[in-house]
Amino acid sequence: MIKLTINGKEHTLDADPEMPLLWAIRDLAGLTGTKFGCGVAQCGACMVHLDGDAVRSCVTKIKRAVGKQVITIEGLSDNNNHPVQQAWAEIDVPQCGYCHSGQIMAAAVLLRDNPNPTDADIDIAMAGNICRCGTYPRIRKAIHTAAELQQKSLK
Amino acid sequence: MKNTHTKITSGVIVMALLLVSLVAFSFKKDGANVSDYMAVPDKKKDSIASVKAFQKVYSVLMSPRCMNCHPKGDVPLQGEDSHLHQMMPQRGKDGKGLYAMKCTNCHQPENTPGLHMPPGHKDWHLPPADMKMVFEGKTAHELAKQLVDPKQNGGKDLKKLVEHADDGLVKTGWNPGEGLKKPPLTHAEFKKSWIEWIEKGAYAPAP
Repeated sequence: MIKLTINGKEHTLDADPEMPLLWAIRDLAGLTGTKFGCGVAQCGACMVHLDGDAVRSCVTKIKRAVGKQVITIEGLSDNNNHPVQQAWAEIDVPQCGYCHSGQIMAAAVLLRDNPNPTDADIDIAMAGNICRCGTYPRIRKAIHTAAELQQKSLK
Repeated sequence: MKNTHTKITSGVIVMALLLVSLVAFSFKKDGANVSDYMAVPDKKKDSIASVKAFQKVYSVLMSPRCMNCHPKGDVPLQGEDSHLHQMMPQRGKDGKGLYAMKCTNCHQPENTPGLHMPPGHKDWHLPPADMKMVFEGKTAHELAKQLVDPKQNGGKDLKKLVEHADDGLVKTGWNPGEGLKKPPLTHAEFKKSWIEWIEKGAYAPAP
């Protein structure tokens, strides 16, 4: 049995320590907001926060997450009101939506580390999150909006 | 009068002998005085052997497994042809990446099984921004000079450089991901040449 803390809640899982964290999150904990994209750390759809780092859960084994805090899209905020989530809704960013839990998790780390990112900062931070619908211009716009919302919420 | 003079002379001679013996004794006690013998040339230093050893070291350092994480730019390299890393991850101040693009977000503490999967080590990173330790594009002369310069090698003296051959991330070069080639020498051969290069004087090949 392996104990994982996901979104602040402890889960005791009957799982192999080598199991990808993504499988544990989706199939064992039942949190399906995080998506399987490529399975080889290339697309970013499976991004979750592991002690604040935006890891790709398809290649992160659950043994690495033991004793750490795992945050998925479901746990990013209490009421889907993280500034990035608010901005995503306001700009209506997604098309098919499949990659966007990963996009949002990546953007949340960017805004934590750099509250007022430039376009160049956004390009660097989001380069590992692929959107095959090509919503990149809206993603960039929404991140600028999220930065403004975050700054307002801090005042 | 003559008798007194002789006595004084004898006394001076005795005092002088005593002084000489005291000085001699003190030399004996502390070992030979450096000025007493000719320095034997340091046979350990040998520029020809040192440079020859470095050529082997250089073949390893310029192999993709080493050079790919010592790029001239701020993006690591990938593969046998040392192309720019997909997704263009950036070095960042500490060499560990930036934002959602940290090295260890994909590179796990161990190799991930499968072709083209991220190779791993718990401390996967590039050299930091203030000490880039570039290998890419360096001649053997330039690289040798850079490696022994504490201002460019992370403040390492020769002893620390010798120890660096066993650094965990350095050794990861010999545990590549699936489908990737190892450096041209074994780690043991590399370490032997590395130490020989340093101990024989850490000479740089001619420019």
